[in-house]
Amino acid sequence: MSTIAPSFARQALRVASRGSSASAFSRGASRAALTQCINSRRSYVSETKSANATVNLETTIKADQKAFLQETGKRPEDVKMPTTGLDADAMMSPTAGILHHATVMDQGSRPIYLDMQATTPLDPRVLDAMLPYMTGLYGNPHSRTHAYGWESEKAVEQARAHLAELIGADPKEIIFTSGATESNNMSIKGVARFYGRGGKKNHIITSQTEHKCVLDSCRHMQEEGFKVTYLPVQSNGLIDLKQLEEAIRPETCLVSIMTVNNEIGVVQPIEEIGRLCRSKKIFFHTDAAQAVGKIPIDVNKMNVDLMSISGHKIYGPKGIGACYVRRRPRVRLDPIITGGGQERGLRSGTLAPHLAVGIGEAARICKEDMEYDSKRITSLSNRLLDGLLSMEHTTLNGDRERHYPGCVNVSFAYVEGESLLMALKDIALSSGSACTSASLEPSYVLRALGSSDESAHSSIRFGIGRFTTDAEIDYVLKAVSERVTFLRELSPLWELVQEGIDLNTIEWSQH
Amino acid sequence: MSLTKATKGDTPYQVRSLYRSLLRQGRQFAAYNFREYAKRRTRDAFREHQHETDERRIQELVQRGIKELQMLKRQTVISQFYQLDRLVVEGGSAGKEKGKHGGIVRQKEQGWD
Repeated sequence: MSTIAPSFARQALRVASRGSSASAFSRGASRAALTQCINSRRSYVSETKSANATVNLETTIKADQKAFLQETGKRPEDVKMPTTGLDADAMMSPTAGILHHATVMDQGSRPIYLDMQATTPLDPRVLDAMLPYMTGLYGNPHSRTHAYGWESEKAVEQARAHLAELIGADPKEIIFTSGATESNNMSIKGVARFYGRGGKKNHIITSQTEHKCVLDSCRHMQEEGFKVTYLPVQSNGLIDLKQLEEAIRPETCLVSIMTVNNEIGVVQPIEEIGRLCRSKKIFFHTDAAQAVGKIPIDVNKMNVDLMSISGHKIYGPKGIGACYVRRRPRVRLDPIITGGGQERGLRSGTLAPHLAVGIGEAARICKEDMEYDSKRITSLSNRLLDGLLSMEHTTLNGDRERHYPGCVNVSFAYVEGESLLMALKDIALSSGSACTSASLEPSYVLRALGSSDESAHSSIRFGIGRFTTDAEIDYVLKAVSERVTFLRELSPLWELVQEGIDLNTIEWSQH
Repeated sequence: MSLTKATKGDTPYQVRSLYRSLLRQGRQFAAYNFREYAKRRTRDAFREHQHETDERRIQELVQRGIKELQMLKRQTVISQFYQLDRLVVEGGSAGKEKGKHGGIVRQKEQGWD
């Protein structure tokens, strides 16, 4: 069977080569005829009008565009090779061509994206706003001497205003950085170093469920001689305000608590924490990368002094973030990056206008569509959550009430999370934050909630966003229930559970 | 010029035509999620404002819709340039391979290898 196609192809090629030699001959002949023709009608006065000599740009471009669009997106299996009658796929690989005729993939193979806490797709509206600044408007926004600089600066300031409006701040209080990690580093290290100079204010409070970059910044400050308190959280993921109040000392200079947790999606009582910190004259930093643009945020109402914002979590571009730094009462920072003194001297370095415009446009869309998006995400989330929790031995991690609906973290008992992720290859999911997804360790956030190793191992995070559809949720529910059942059928533990044996009473023999 | 004459004072026609062209343009997105979102957002935005009576407000909204349409025209072209595989949910949720000429049909097992 497989020998037929190559021989057929060879034959076809031979025919084609013969055909081309014949046409070469005819072309030569016609050229000769043409010269004869021209010689016979020689004339020195041109008859053409001027309109015929000029090219109408508009129609030419349109024709080109049309021809180009017709050619794009063609796949080898759709293209018929000229003169042979074979498609291009079969020409390149005969077996592929034959298989193509046998079966055809009716459906795509690209997984559904349900990991919106890791990153979100770039909104086409944002890309549309960014493109001019990646092509024509390339001025340096800090150039004050020419129009190229002015137009970029104007766009950057506009973006700053959009972002400020989203969180209820003044545009002057927004500092563009490279991302939320940089904002977190800048806030924690900056405040601690500036106010810790005298050696009096040398205490930082944070929680155990913070993002890795906050915890790591705090660890760095510990090496520089600071004391750090890592507040434990309750089993629902929220911190205890009483514990926080007890942890505050006279030498405390900074409290850093995240607004929405990236793994379990609980919303901390930011307003209460802010009020407490303000009454004790302590600076309050919050990592709101997962919260901005998704839940309503007002820095003045919440008494937040420093806030980290990320661009790619709000359907904006990757590579940009922002830091809100309060001006009244003034928060002073020791800058990490020094240089030309851009961004109030807190973060030197030329701004990327296209990225700034992107985050600004993303913020504007979030502000405009927040009600619409949150209504939609809530309904999808409820549907997913009800479906998942209706399966037996599944639990939601984190508080059900104080919960951002776009992040659903569920534990499937008696199934290993990593093997479930492998079984769900057609859905892009993660068992925890993207930073720790390379290691097989259970998530430290779930451990901090007090869940057991097994439960932390068997949990999966579903992220729902603006572009998630109903069909995707249905597909996920079906796939998860099928494969969890399959994996449980394989497991001997599940058999024991079905027989009604409590796993904790079993004494496992040791080697 | 004839177009402005025909539609002047005929706002319902203008709005319906805008709605249709927004839907038609939104279908051109190569990416499944954007395509679905464009459809849903257009429909919901028009539903939200269907009882608008203030003439000036309607004109404002129409202008916004025209801006969105221009954006859609640009972005759908870009989307078509960079096409990727289709998602697993596209084209039905059966998860099956289909024979083209009444040939082999077999269950496609996602993620079991």
